[in-house]
Amino acid sequence: MAKEYSYYPGCSSQKGASGSNLQRSLNSVLDVLDIKLNDIPDWNCCSASIGYSGGGELPRLALSARNIALSEKHNPGQEIVASCAACWLATRETKERLEHSEAMRSGAEEALKEAHLEISKEMPKVRHMTEVLIEDIGFEGMKEKVVKPLEGIKIAGYVGCQTNRPFGINGESFENPMYLDKMVEAMGAESIPTYEKKVACCGGALAFSEPQKSQALVKGIIEAAYDNGADMIVTPCPVCQMNVEIYQDQINATYGTKFHIPVTYYSTLMAVAYGKNAKEAALDGQVIKAKKLEDIANK
Amino acid sequence: MSNLNNQMVNKYRNDFLKEVEANVEEGDWVKMCMQCGVCAGSCPMGPYWDHPPQEIFMMIRAGKREEVLSSTSMWMCTSCYNCIARCPRELPITHIMHGLAHYGKRLGIAPKNQPTLKFSQKFWENLMTNGRVNELKLGITLYFIDGFVQGIKNALAASGIGLGMFKAKRLDPMEILGGHSVKDKSGLKAMIKKAQEIEEARISGNQ
Ligand code: SF4
Ligand code: SF4
Ligand code: SF4
Ligand code: SF4
Repeated sequence: MAKEYSYYPGCSSQKGASGSNLQRSLNSVLDVLDIKLNDIPDWNCCSASIGYSGGGELPRLALSARNIALSEKHNPGQEIVASCAACWLATRETKERLEHSEAMRSGAEEALKEAHLEISKEMPKVRHMTEVLIEDIGFEGMKEKVVKPLEGIKIAGYVGCQTNRPFGINGESFENPMYLDKMVEAMGAESIPTYEKKVACCGGALAFSEPQKSQALVKGIIEAAYDNGADMIVTPCPVCQMNVEIYQDQINATYGTKFHIPVTYYSTLMAVAYGKNAKEAALDGQVIKAKKLEDIANK
Repeated sequence: MSNLNNQMVNKYRNDFLKEVEANVEEGDWVKMCMQCGVCAGSCPMGPYWDHPPQEIFMMIRAGKREEVLSSTSMWMCTSCYNCIARCPRELPITHIMHGLAHYGKRLGIAPKNQPTLKFSQKFWENLMTNGRVNELKLGITLYFIDGFVQGIKNALAASGIGLGMFKAKRLDPMEILGGHSVKDKSGLKAMIKKAQEIEEARISGNQ
């Protein structure tokens, strides 16, 4: 029987948005693993980590509280799962803040009443998609479904910040988490467990407002991948994926570098290893083509 | 200077720490800082901060109200949570930085023309329109944030990116005409309005 979760897709996964290829490739992978996601009906944006200027504290918490309330109402008894690091973080942080602060909880409850919604005392657990894969399926379980091992590809696993901090994956360290490397290995590719920039920050939303400063960070992330002989970079985070992939031309122009390295999601990698075609794996969503993965997908 | 700011100055006079504890998100943690400097050394944007978190916390205790609240420093925070993960006292530094930034803005003394302040504000407005973020609209407003001429320059500089994203089907121009939104917009707006009222009442109740 399929495992079921209440799913919070988030803005960046919407059709036509920057991270929509995460969603597409993920669907292909979850299909193989017999995982069923029930979208939270009428979910709203969580305001990520950047809504604070306009949002303040309680209005921001109310946004995520609404998603939690809708999840409880329509998908009762199901854990909430998000694939966007920022979505996961905002939702989980809200749950914890409301649990720890009476004032915030009663404020959120009062605000929710205006939308005819409520949250229960014990709100559902809020998990990241990679947590579900690692804890509920396991590395062995992920490996079992591989039909096309990704032999001969060397991959730098870029975890980034918010998938890793402040919550992270149970049992992993903040400074050098190993799960993404293990996922890479499970797919038959070669990982780089000592990749120095594994948990470095790419600048997040400041890529928009402070492009030079953010691109200096991205430059370091890419450089270290090349130094380790990586063919490509893989990440779980939609913001990381975008920041590291799409500014390479601008970085080359600024620094005289010759970067041209594909950056894909872990789910794209898995979809290819599970025998899905290039489209199902969302390889057509790459701005920098992932040639080696395409070759395997088209084989 | 805003009215609220004057009221707060009068109320807390010499006790900025107390003001922060009462009005800033997670502000009651500030006194727990032991000035070890780990956060300052862990921050990816460190080189660009006038005052890293450690210094900000010291300045709060020293009552440097204007200097803190009108600093560009907090607006450099990328929310990477490195400081939180490493702080030996477990201060929720990221949230305090966001809280200070927001409080300075609420009082009308945040730095003018700070790009992240503008972006953060635009993001919120974009979200408030439809309940979801429309990346293309957000992008377009942003290019024109500095006025028309600079807007065109920005758009040109980013056009290579826009084109690549468009080819990869990750920017949908149809979005501009409507795009994504929640169904219960009125419920969402009423909820946020209520939350804002509660928050305002809490802060002005502290007057
Ligand atoms: S984190 Fe980003 S994508 Fe996810 S819902 Fe919030 S704003 Fe939208
Ligand atoms: S690496 Fe960048 S995008 Fe990814 S989580 Fe950190 S700040 Fe966010
Ligand atoms: S790491 Fe924590 S205790 Fe040390 S200076 Fe920063 S906030 Fe203070
Ligand atoms: S969360 Fe903000 S303050 Fe803390 S290390 Fe990251 S950028 Fe610096």
